[in-house]
Amino acid sequence: MDITPPRGWLEVNLGELWQFRELAYFFVWRDIKIRYKQTAIGAAWAVFQPLMTMLVFSLFFGHLAKIPSGGLPYPIFYLSALLPWMYFAGALQNVTDSVVTQRQVITKVYFPRLVLPLSAVVSGLLDFAIGLVVFLGMMPFYHITPGKAILLFPFFLLLAVATALSVGLWLSALNAIYRDVHYVVPFLVQFWMFVSPVAYPTALVPARWRWLYGLNPMAGVIEGFRWALTGNGQPPSLVLAASAGAVLIVLMGGMAFFRKMEGTIADVV
Amino acid sequence: MSDVVIRVENLGKRYRIGEREPYLALRDVLARAISAPLRIFRRQKTPPRNGDACHIWALKDVSFEVRQGEVVGIIGRNGAGKSTLLKILGQVTRPTEGRARVRGRMGSLLDVGTGFHPELTGRENTYLNGAILGMSKREINRKFEEIVAFAEIEKFIDTPVKYYSSGMYVRLAFSVAAHLEPEILLVDEVLAVGDVAFQKKCLGRMGDVAKHGRTIMFVSHSMAAIALLCKSVIVLDKGCIKTIGPSQQAITEYLVGAMDRDTEVYNVEGLPRAVPGLSMQVEFLTLELEGFPGKLVPADTDLCLRMTVRGNRAVSSFRFFLTIYAVDGTPVGSCAGSQIHSIQEGEVAAYRLQLPNPALAPGLYRFALGVGTGDEREGFREFDVADDVLHFEVLPPPGQDGTKSEWERSWGNIRFHKPVTTRCD
Repeated sequence: MDITPPRGWLEVNLGELWQFRELAYFFVWRDIKIRYKQTAIGAAWAVFQPLMTMLVFSLFFGHLAKIPSGGLPYPIFYLSALLPWMYFAGALQNVTDSVVTQRQVITKVYFPRLVLPLSAVVSGLLDFAIGLVVFLGMMPFYHITPGKAILLFPFFLLLAVATALSVGLWLSALNAIYRDVHYVVPFLVQFWMFVSPVAYPTALVPARWRWLYGLNPMAGVIEGFRWALTGNGQPPSLVLAASAGAVLIVLMGGMAFFRKMEGTIADVV
Repeated sequence: MSDVVIRVENLGKRYRIGEREPYLALRDVLARAISAPLRIFRRQKTPPRNGDACHIWALKDVSFEVRQGEVVGIIGRNGAGKSTLLKILGQVTRPTEGRARVRGRMGSLLDVGTGFHPELTGRENTYLNGAILGMSKREINRKFEEIVAFAEIEKFIDTPVKYYSSGMYVRLAFSVAAHLEPEILLVDEVLAVGDVAFQKKCLGRMGDVAKHGRTIMFVSHSMAAIALLCKSVIVLDKGCIKTIGPSQQAITEYLVGAMDRDTEVYNVEGLPRAVPGLSMQVEFLTLELEGFPGKLVPADTDLCLRMTVRGNRAVSSFRFFLTIYAVDGTPVGSCAGSQIHSIQEGEVAAYRLQLPNPALAPGLYRFALGVGTGDEREGFREFDVADDVLHFEVLPPPGQDGTKSEWERSWGNIRFHKPVTTRCD
């Protein structure tokens, strides 16, 4: 092992990351274990939060504002968007904070720092899975049966994970230096929700702006979720491929940036 | 040499002084970025410069080698770069220049209980902490019973650690760490925690580990622990290596080097004090050991101190007290003056204190002086404490035939007056 001053933009050492997979597993396990400790209803929050938001959205955006849902019942329309959205929002905040909350550990022990954002992005998936089971249970009630499109569902989930990670990597490294970032994320998430089809269908966006709208990867993810689970809406188009490509570029950049910060992060965090 | 496991060459670590602060605020950087765009991204590219006002070298030109199975102690004053060195070797942070080559699986123990979460049980924290320190799940499974037994907390292993007493918490944390079995172990001052009995147990365990051919680098302020565990010692001073050598010799050199032979009159006015929260109602200004040129004190003499103090407020009753420390930090003895003094606000007064022959053994000593109020019954309240002052050396007493007699350190710091032995039949 050779310890030298940091040099330029180092490539990501995936082999080393693989060696530390067990530690990543322990971080995920810890996050999940402590998330609902000392709460009265515990993991029921994972069900309660999306369901309550779904009810509020159905009531105000749906029945009062009469926003079109493309023929889907409002609860299905909103929950299919809220599940990926709430996962994404939570994951983005957790990834951003992942380095700072573990500063005690970072300043004392070495491991590839990438383990922290990676495990933060994974640990939110349990809540998502619980919500998904509830959603699948609701579908027969509304007489909706998923078609073959559901096979593409993992792709959209992967894209949501990658989007949260790609942006989160930049933010987590910056958050270690500037704590302002922690306060920026809730705003970012809020604005991002308005440019994603969570509360309304993409059909409301004027057709000539739809390509621009489609570059938002979360727009593709949410549309894709609805389409994959309920068969409603447009199948994914080339725009989705473009936004997936953009995510990949941001992800690579985030990895390199994070990796560059890694060597000195313990001095500044 | 093939059995060199750590080779450090010209290692240096520079900190920007700002980096040590809790964190930067974005507004500062925005202001800076406007005057020099992209400078924050170029931080690493600017060549290191000496004598730069906003940088400090925590470590500079450090080179050494450690062989397999060696136990190396690292000593030095606060801020000498001990912890920085371990952090670089433990890959927690990167050096600014130079390089270090390490052969073998390394474990670093810069803290106990790293990553402990109060909501998790002792069992869960053992696994989590073990994983963070670099143990695999299988390894922890294998050692789990041993870890719990060593920590003596069998009954509470499934209780969240937030309900643990601080002693139990530290014992569990250390026990996990003590069962780490890397080829190279970096240890930073972790023995300062825990009760004395447990510390002994840990020292014993570390000694065992060392006997099994493992390499240890060990930072401590406890010269006793260093002398007990380490064969060789690196002395750091202001980021540079001052001495490398056999532990006894290096420790002695370090302690003697820490002795101040030049200052005759200590001007402590306005200097920071080691004791926090002093009221400074009466403040020490100058301190002086009277009548011993070169600060060499012959054996069996009274010690005479001259102190000037200022009353920052009017104080109707105060007295002086003192502690003498041996050079290794062992307290030798303490006493309080019997006279009660008073002082007006703004008044500067000089006092002379005569300590009747303290019967000190030959060696190096220093004073801590206090001024305060109270007595043995109601307890003392300190106005001011001047620590680490009035260094002096006690000379050996002349022997029977005029030669100087030797004194072994292990005999202690007090040379009792000659006893009288009589036959009682």
